[in-house]
Amino acid sequence: MEVLQLIVNGLMAGTILAVPAIGLTAIFAVLRFTNFALASHMTIGAFAGYVANVTFGLPAVASLGFAFLIAGLIGVLSDEIVLKAFRRAGFITTAIGSIALTIALENLVRFIFGNQLRGYNLPIQRDWVISGIRISPQQVENFVVAVIVMAALFAFLAFTRTGKSMRAVADNPMLAAIKGINANAVARIVSFVAMGLAGLGGMLIGLDTTIDPLIGFKTILQIFAAAVVGGLGSIPGAVVGALVVGVGEELSLLVLTPAYRTAVGFIAILLVLTFRPRGILGQRAY
Amino acid sequence: MEHYLVAMGVTAGIYAMMALGMNVIWGKAGLINLGLVGLFAVGAYTSGLLTLRFGWPIPLGLAAGTLVASLVGVAVAMITVRLRGDYLAIVTLSFAETMRIVMSNELWIANGTDGLSGIPGPFRQALGPHLFNLQFLGIVTAVTVVLFFLVERLVNSPFGRVLRGIRDDEQVVQVAGKNVVMFKIKAFAFGTAALGLAGGLYGHFTSFIAPDLFAPLLTLYVKLSLLAGGLGNSIGAVVGAVLVVFFLESTRFIIPLVPGISHVQGAALRELLIAGALLVVLRFYARGLVPESIPQPPLPAAPPDAAVAIERVR
Repeated sequence: MEVLQLIVNGLMAGTILAVPAIGLTAIFAVLRFTNFALASHMTIGAFAGYVANVTFGLPAVASLGFAFLIAGLIGVLSDEIVLKAFRRAGFITTAIGSIALTIALENLVRFIFGNQLRGYNLPIQRDWVISGIRISPQQVENFVVAVIVMAALFAFLAFTRTGKSMRAVADNPMLAAIKGINANAVARIVSFVAMGLAGLGGMLIGLDTTIDPLIGFKTILQIFAAAVVGGLGSIPGAVVGALVVGVGEELSLLVLTPAYRTAVGFIAILLVLTFRPRGILGQRAY
Repeated sequence: MEHYLVAMGVTAGIYAMMALGMNVIWGKAGLINLGLVGLFAVGAYTSGLLTLRFGWPIPLGLAAGTLVASLVGVAVAMITVRLRGDYLAIVTLSFAETMRIVMSNELWIANGTDGLSGIPGPFRQALGPHLFNLQFLGIVTAVTVVLFFLVERLVNSPFGRVLRGIRDDEQVVQVAGKNVVMFKIKAFAFGTAALGLAGGLYGHFTSFIAPDLFAPLLTLYVKLSLLAGGLGNSIGAVVGAVLVVFFLESTRFIIPLVPGISHVQGAALRELLIAGALLVVLRFYARGLVPESIPQPPLPAAPPDAAVAIERVR
């Protein structure tokens, strides 16, 4: 029974983790760099949601929309103002630039909100117990939100013109340019959606626990693990990778102390890169 | 005040050592290491634990710290060196974070978040705090000078030329018959050894290390040092480290002058300033404030018209 409970917890956590992991991998697929600034955008989303939920008194679900929007807008701005120029200078400059950006934005949040832990305004609910498995209604709500968001994203990529042009640029940027797809516009949309997802993910994680300016950086390791395990650049891969990491972390509790849970992500990265660098579903690694 | 300047000098020396190590990895070989703070921590913890718990003499502890950091660097490089650079970035950053998590949680290794205190320093009791700091400034300066000449010799050797070649065009180097993977691993081994040594010295200087000290911000300081001085330029790395320490310390005095902000806000503003400075330097001086000078090989003597033709091609 204990194992089943851990697997359920892992699947719930993994589904939430998949949301920002999709953001990371989408940026990698289209813009071809690892955007470490994802961490601060998760923090921004979590705090934007906090303002909507606690200051303006909106319900949690509406606040999630707010988290998406604000993090997405800041994502477009930060890409346009800061990161775009770095991309031309090569990936090392971009990687370092995005780390510096994430620390700058995180401290901006810290400057405004301070360091203390904050909680969202949520109704107190009793846990559900279904044949011995304990689930909180909040977990279920987060899970449902994450699934709906991912379904919407897949529909967007599969059926809309913008979504198709994003996939075209990811697949072959030169061919896409010849076909008249505006790479700049695609870059902006990717930044908006990916960072919006990061912000949403940041708030979803915060809904389960508490938030502080470090919430993004504390989670980034798991997100890397999810994206790398699934295959960097593959969106279905990010989902699979997040579920693997989520369940793996919970199952590790059977043999390890909870303190090591986060280290499981690092071990997963090392194992995957050693034996299957492309990840479970990815294509590019070399 | 004098006391303070000496401590600043030691910090600058330690940053300079890291910048010199990173100069080989990033400036010359064009490899990324976002987790240098993790390797710095490996050096600090190895040397600190060996001297404190097992009574090893300090030089032996430092040597062990250097060696272990280098071995960890090699392991990290071996896993990712054949992949795109992004993977090395992810693995190095993740390594540093994992290192911090493990050190924070494992009480039996080094007291977790409480940190390791009472790390011995050379003749700490005999000299008293003031003389000890002066002595340490001497040690750090000497080590930095030796490391400086080592790096200079390394990068001006055929080995260094191959590294520059890898940085500028990996394929060409491969076509020339060089084992690119091996060169990258060696560059990483050397650079991370310097990081480990710097970490070890840091621990013996302050006598106290804790996981919180090894935050990603330190990685930014070193990158900023390297860029401020000029990427791929050893004198620049040292000068940059001094400039960065001066900049960091001056923000300590300027920020309290800003009216109406709390302690936390001041700290946030300071980190914001540092990250902002790095962004500006990176944006406008991506090769550093003093770019690397690459010696031009002398052209063979040629008849006058040929010389004109060469000029035109250039």
